[in-house]
Amino acid sequence: MKKQLFTIAFAVLSLALFAAQPIKVGEKAPSFSLKGVDGKTVSLSDYSNEKGVILIFTCNTCPVVVANEDRIIALHNKFASKGFPVVAINSNDPGVSAGDSFDNMKVRAEEKSFPFPYLFDEQQAVLPTYGATRTPEVFLLKNKGDEFVVAYTGAIDDNANNADDVEEKFLDNAINAVLAGNSPNPAVTKAVGCGIKVKK
Amino acid sequence: MISNKMCILGSVIIVLFLVSFSAFSQPKSAIQVKNFEQLKPLLHQQNDTLYVVNFWATWCAPCIQEVPYFEQIGKKYKDKKVKVLMVSMDFPNQVESRLIPFIEKQNMKNEVILLDDPRQNKWIPQVDEEWTGAIPATLIYRKNERNFYQKEFSFEELDKLIQSKLN
Repeated sequence: MKKQLFTIAFAVLSLALFAAQPIKVGEKAPSFSLKGVDGKTVSLSDYSNEKGVILIFTCNTCPVVVANEDRIIALHNKFASKGFPVVAINSNDPGVSAGDSFDNMKVRAEEKSFPFPYLFDEQQAVLPTYGATRTPEVFLLKNKGDEFVVAYTGAIDDNANNADDVEEKFLDNAINAVLAGNSPNPAVTKAVGCGIKVKK
Repeated sequence: MISNKMCILGSVIIVLFLVSFSAFSQPKSAIQVKNFEQLKPLLHQQNDTLYVVNFWATWCAPCIQEVPYFEQIGKKYKDKKVKVLMVSMDFPNQVESRLIPFIEKQNMKNEVILLDDPRQNKWIPQVDEEWTGAIPATLIYRKNERNFYQKEFSFEELDKLIQSKLN
């Protein structure tokens, strides 16, 4: 009995560790269903008529996010009509980071007039399925008809801190590649961001 | 005669005032600013010292929580071959307004370097392939034995880790 319990505990732990690994390009995008700041629940399946989704793990408090908010809004305004709307998710635990509460999400969404859904991953249930580690972190999802797959992960561009000194627009290029039927290159990029605050 | 003396005294006071004022207006701590190519040799030193390199920023709440732990480590192992290096990811335009005041307030003794290199996608994988860029993150190395931790530490955890590497 004890041995069985250990085995189960070990299996659960390995699964948790495995799940914390970031999802890889080419893999199926996990579904989600989360409440947005307007009170409406948004699911990945709601986007089955789109070409894809720009899924961004973000928050209210991270200065790197703040430095990217206008870029995220611009991305939505540029690509939603081309079939790639933005969906933003806040997975930070308000118990660790009070500024990232649902009420504060509403305030931030209103201040910046977000034109896209801003969803709260209150149970931190979606976070491990994607294995996001920082804010902001992008997952570009491509609609294959019956499912979404990850086409690109990482940064918006090559200068997270300063929009005026960008040389390479990674995400723009990735979306354009997908629109042209090609694979994004690079498909994975990195940038300094705020570690996502997990429940303690 | 009296007015002459007063005049000299006055001048002396003014000079003293100017000297002390300029002394106060000197920045108390100067920050080394490096791009990644300049920082890189400090991540690959080939000697007997155990290097503890913490990537942090004053805008990162969990990083700030760890700063005193790294200070304690620096202090505790100052007679051992252990060197703590604090690599700040602060915004370059916030060095005067945030970083230096923070270092002074915390009375940080560990060496602080500002890494000012916007092409993060080029250098993050050179620190460690597994690093996504999330901070806090810590590299602990001695010669070619390297470990990278993309996580928050408690003091006990960090201390235990360093002890295990010294034994």
